[in-house]
Amino acid sequence: MIPTYYFLILSAVLFVMGTVGFLIKKDLITQFMCVEVMLNAANLAFIAFARSASSLDGQIIVFFIITVAAAEAAVGLAIILLVYRQKKSIRTEDSSLMKG
Amino acid sequence: MREIFWLIPLIPAVSTLILAVFGEKLPKKYISFQACGAVFISFLISLYSFLGLLKISPEEYPVVKNLFTWIHSGNFKADLSFQFDPLTAVMALVVTAVGFLIHVYSIGYMSEDRSYSRFFTLMNLFTFSMLILVMASNLVLMFVGWEGVGFCSYMLIGFWFEKHSAANAGKKAFIVNRIGDAGFLIGMLFILVHIGSTDFININSAVASGSLSHGLVTLIAILLFVGATGKSAQIPLYVWLPDAMEGPTPVSALIHAATMVTAGVYMVARMNILYTTSETAGSIVAIIGAVTAVYAGTMALTQNDIKRVLAYSTISQIGYMFIGCGVGAYAAGIFHLYTHAFFKSLLFLAAGSVMHALSGELDMRKMGGLKKYMPHTYPAFLIGAIAIAGVPFLSGFFSKDAILTAAFAQGQYLVWILGILGAVLTAFYMFRLIFLTFHGKERIEPEVKKHIHESPPVMTVPLSLLAFFSVIAGYIGLPVVLGKNVNWFDRFLAPIMHKGHEAHLGIGTEWFLIVISVTVALTGIFIAYVFYLKKPSVPHTLVRRFPFLYKLLTNKYYVDEAYDYVFVRPTLKGSEFVYDKFDLNVIDGAVNGTASGTGFFGKILGFLQTGFIKDYALAFLLGAIILLGLLIF
Repeated sequence: MIPTYYFLILSAVLFVMGTVGFLIKKDLITQFMCVEVMLNAANLAFIAFARSASSLDGQIIVFFIITVAAAEAAVGLAIILLVYRQKKSIRTEDSSLMKG
Repeated sequence: MREIFWLIPLIPAVSTLILAVFGEKLPKKYISFQACGAVFISFLISLYSFLGLLKISPEEYPVVKNLFTWIHSGNFKADLSFQFDPLTAVMALVVTAVGFLIHVYSIGYMSEDRSYSRFFTLMNLFTFSMLILVMASNLVLMFVGWEGVGFCSYMLIGFWFEKHSAANAGKKAFIVNRIGDAGFLIGMLFILVHIGSTDFININSAVASGSLSHGLVTLIAILLFVGATGKSAQIPLYVWLPDAMEGPTPVSALIHAATMVTAGVYMVARMNILYTTSETAGSIVAIIGAVTAVYAGTMALTQNDIKRVLAYSTISQIGYMFIGCGVGAYAAGIFHLYTHAFFKSLLFLAAGSVMHALSGELDMRKMGGLKKYMPHTYPAFLIGAIAIAGVPFLSGFFSKDAILTAAFAQGQYLVWILGILGAVLTAFYMFRLIFLTFHGKERIEPEVKKHIHESPPVMTVPLSLLAFFSVIAGYIGLPVVLGKNVNWFDRFLAPIMHKGHEAHLGIGTEWFLIVISVTVALTGIFIAYVFYLKKPSVPHTLVRRFPFLYKLLTNKYYVDEAYDYVFVRPTLKGSEFVYDKFDLNVIDGAVNGTASGTGFFGKILGFLQTGFIKDYALAFLLGAIILLGLLIF
């Protein structure tokens, strides 16, 4: 059986990739995909723990996360579309209306 | 007896509510009907309860009806509860009976007024508050009525608030009353601290058992009396009452003559055990009353405003009531309150009728010879004047005589002399008023004379009824010389009045006192007759002979000016100073400083708000890492 920490290392790598990608990319769509990668990294960690602890709890939480992610994708994409209509651009540095 | 007396104040209250909410939309006829009807029903219930009271034995006094607990906090408890005993019965009957007649009179007097419904709303509210005052079974609830009547008085003095003087008079009345109320409140708190309850029954038993030190009783009695001097316009807080004549005349009759201003007398009679226990407090009450009686009488001598003469006369007559209470003859004091309510409201309403006839003229120098124009008002006015002057066989004679006899019997000769002096003054200024207004040659302005007319029946009928009562009201309290048990009024009130040391006069002395008081009354009338009908030049000669005295009297001893100089102006100056220095700089500075400080910090924190998603995400990540670090290490 593959040891749990293999999965955890993979999960951590994915999460860091997602985070770094979110911070350095300037494109809203790419950033959005980075968020999805981070979510799936978390899913992987949950599954790994569920497997090692032989419990179903982690797997159920993953289902929830997938549902939330789907909803979030719908809302997020709608926002990106509206931002594009307003600004004719989806580059993040073009939208800074909330500057104090 | 069936205990329905708690309905007495409730009915005017309901009527007030209806008028206050819908009054503007209701027709005048309905408003008058409801307002008068409510007071009349209260009167009928009072009468019913009074008859019930006669049937039960004096040991059962007072009958208390507890509606519900109003305030309950720690040891302190105050109920919304009413009581009915002889004193309450007398007051409730006077308030509702005189109140009803004045309500009816107002229908005619106020018929042209724009604020018809406001007037009747306030009149009903006043009746309600006054009934709360006289029926409350504890001091706290009594204080509610006490303040309620003060508020109505303020609203009704300033009824024609577009007139600057009326608005000012209202304010003056309210503020002067507050000074007295402060004394009342402190006295009430002393009672609360040392007795633990403000129920009259508990106060009576606590004082009777002697659990309070003598000094404390004196202190409480004097503090409560300070409240009474404010409400009942005695020295030194009388200054508001003459100015209160700015209000409509029915208000002057109901509030500033018959009922509200006598609340102080009622209060002293209600707390009679305090003034019986502490002779010092009793003497202070008697002396203040006696001095006020003479002092106000002298001020009435030179006034030319018909209502102001009556106002000073009211102050003077309330002084007599306090003489009665101060020398321990509470029943006599209340008896004078009861007769005074009739003849003084009669005089005020008759004066209102004169004003009505003369298009609002108040100055007696512009009247004269009105007798032939006013065939109904003149006899009523005359009866009122005879009654107040103390001529035998009318009500005022019996009550004033009862008070003066009691003062003499208690050995308070100074008070008695002042009382006699006041009686001469009363007879003189009342007949000066009569002669200047109704007799002599006409000095009416030609423009006014064209519209001269007798008042409508809705005004003259209440006048006739009040005149009737002014004549007969005294016969329930005949003097002792006519027999041992003829003073029914005294016996009726006796069970709730605490007797000090009894003093009896011989029949000869009593007759002697009666002869003296009759003589002085007739002398006063005779002097007025000589001065104002026989030889009208005499007053002018006197004025020329004693210009200083005349000036002092017409300017009311300069007391208003002195108060203005000593109290009003320093207060205004001080307030202006505080406004200028403290309010504008410190208070406003603090408020503005808070606002600009918030703005300043907002600006600083605003730099963190870059508007770029990335910066937020980074801050979020750093925060998450720090939290994680805290959790792990």
